[in-house]
Amino acid sequence: MAVLEATREQQRYPEPAPTVVIRPTRGWAFLDVRELWAHNELIYFLAARNIKVRYKQAAIGIVWAVLQPLAMMAVFTLFFGRLANLPSAGVPYPLFAFAGLLPWQLFSRAITESTSSLIMHQRLITRVYFPRIIIPMSVTLAALVDFAISAVLLLGLMLAFGFRPGAAVVWLPVFVLLLLLTAFGVGFWLSALNVEFRDVAQAMPFLSQLWLFVTPVVYPSSLVPAQWRVLYGLNPMAGVVEGFRWALLGAGPAPGPMLLVSSAVAVGLFVSGIAWFHRRERTFVDVVG
Amino acid sequence: MAAVAVRAEGLSKRYRIGQRVPYKTIRETLAGAISAPFRWSPTILKRSAARNGDQNTIWALKDISFDIGVGEVVGLIGRNGAGKSTLLKILSRITEPTEGLAQLYGRVGSLLEVGTGFHPELTGRENVYLNGAILGMKRFEIDRKFDDIVAFAETEKFLDTPVKHYSSGMFMRLGFAVAAHLDPEILLVDEVLAVGDVAFQRKCLDKIRDVARSGRTVLFVSHRMNSVRTLCSHSIWLDAGHMRMAGPTPEVVNAYEASLTPVDSERQTAHHGSIAQFRGWEIVEPRSEQPHVLETQGPLTVKVVVEVRAPIRHGVHAISLWNTDDVLIWGWATDGIDLPPGVHAFMCDLPGLPLKPGAYSWRVGLYSDGYLLDRWHCVPQMIIATAALGDRRDEWSGLLNIPCGFHVVEDRHS
Repeated sequence: MAVLEATREQQRYPEPAPTVVIRPTRGWAFLDVRELWAHNELIYFLAARNIKVRYKQAAIGIVWAVLQPLAMMAVFTLFFGRLANLPSAGVPYPLFAFAGLLPWQLFSRAITESTSSLIMHQRLITRVYFPRIIIPMSVTLAALVDFAISAVLLLGLMLAFGFRPGAAVVWLPVFVLLLLLTAFGVGFWLSALNVEFRDVAQAMPFLSQLWLFVTPVVYPSSLVPAQWRVLYGLNPMAGVVEGFRWALLGAGPAPGPMLLVSSAVAVGLFVSGIAWFHRRERTFVDVVG
Repeated sequence: MAAVAVRAEGLSKRYRIGQRVPYKTIRETLAGAISAPFRWSPTILKRSAARNGDQNTIWALKDISFDIGVGEVVGLIGRNGAGKSTLLKILSRITEPTEGLAQLYGRVGSLLEVGTGFHPELTGRENVYLNGAILGMKRFEIDRKFDDIVAFAETEKFLDTPVKHYSSGMFMRLGFAVAAHLDPEILLVDEVLAVGDVAFQRKCLDKIRDVARSGRTVLFVSHRMNSVRTLCSHSIWLDAGHMRMAGPTPEVVNAYEASLTPVDSERQTAHHGSIAQFRGWEIVEPRSEQPHVLETQGPLTVKVVVEVRAPIRHGVHAISLWNTDDVLIWGWATDGIDLPPGVHAFMCDLPGLPLKPGAYSWRVGLYSDGYLLDRWHCVPQMIIATAALGDRRDEWSGLLNIPCGFHVVEDRHS
């Protein structure tokens, strides 16, 4: 028998530490990495679910992942490469565009889907406990599958154009990491903000278009006057895209101060994104439910 | 005294109300910032809400404290909106308390819904893994228990079919099966038994009983007093966010049921209840251990006990049966009843109730000379627990539970 408070007086034994302590949290607290790690399989399963569902529901399934970047590349090549005659840093324009699209498409998909992810997973949030940050994380990780497919396509294109990557390619993992930090960071911010302000999802298509234009995807960053380039690096995707091109195609100069600025911003977005998300996390259920 | 598994100290949860839209748009925030610049920051907003206290906020839970010992099975009862779900959500860490502290000793499994995270496009197999991971199982655990889960759910044949093609019954079974194999040390369950056919509900109850017997701790939210009575040694009764009563189940459940009889206000305002008052009901024939559960298709006798304080002449007794959708199934009235003061039993002999298994409720009334003497929505509900004879798909099983002798002959006349 023990339902009554009376039992509390009878504690004679030293008690083990509780497995779970529940109390109101106040102020800023950083993410509990150990707890996140304990849920690593959930991240995997949710990411796998996103991918499976996306392609199961589409008639031509995974072909979309191939078609989309190729079509974008074709359109960009026609309009920006041929008609507008934009420079492409000494690389055939299709290759130039595709190398930029590779990181850009991951980023754009990650932030678009992260934004609505918490609302989409409303049922999950209101029924089960797990670190909520897993939801935008899994969305971004799911976008990695398309990224991998695009990467293979790019490799094929490079072979077709007789391009072989130089020694700089060893830096590629660094740029992939930078890309992920940026995508995660922005994704955390937007997903948390969208719970409170549904305007964010409304503004998303516009925001992502705008972001594309301030990122050197269709044009090289050398078009930006030299004295502005460091400022331009405040857009972390500028550093990422230039870095990808340099590492893969040897196009453009080795990234300098602009990349440093981009990296700093990416790390800043990532860390602040986690902190903000974690701070707002506790109210999600009450707002979403 | 055994070790404590769940301890709650002063748990309270406050919700803000009066906000039509649960979320803000930027326009509203900006407008708010302009009209009241110092309220803009969220923390300040919260403080001002707390100061305004009663106007803008409601305490869904207030100062809940209890200890649950390891291995105890405790029922959590109360009306809708009493705070049961909020308490369960706090203990499951889905939402945070506004005040107070809870400590849980052991791995917690919470089951607020069956099949959480199931995706209709994914197959049964894929959903088992996904749902398992959502509930906190490791992949190797799911691998190990996979066959048991599938056997329990009785869905072997449909493992590689997307669950969108499942009947609602199959869906529930698979969902419960995953949850049932979670093996938590502390299990928090919310009314999952309210769905599915009776045979499966039994299976679920048995599973929870097994969990309880194996020394696990269970906190069980239910509206079904029968389940609470058979499963739980102790119960906690929540009422409007407060803990009204806690203790051994029979006492708590009886007090709760007494409070439910919707006569309180009527009886006080009119003559109701001063002359006659319904006391209880049960199935007396066939007699069984659970007098509110009907397990036969055959004849039965329902007894309704009434206490009469003043002589009644030419009384009318009405009895009716309703299903959970508030559809009238059957009604009957008997007039010309003369009753001396004392306790009487109205006995209704019925040739059988061929109804689909599930929960039903009796309503009874007693009138005299056109005046209502007493009226009662009988508690507990009657559970019909016969085997389902109709279509196995829930959506086609209908209201009646009668077999069909089907055969084909040649029609010579046409």
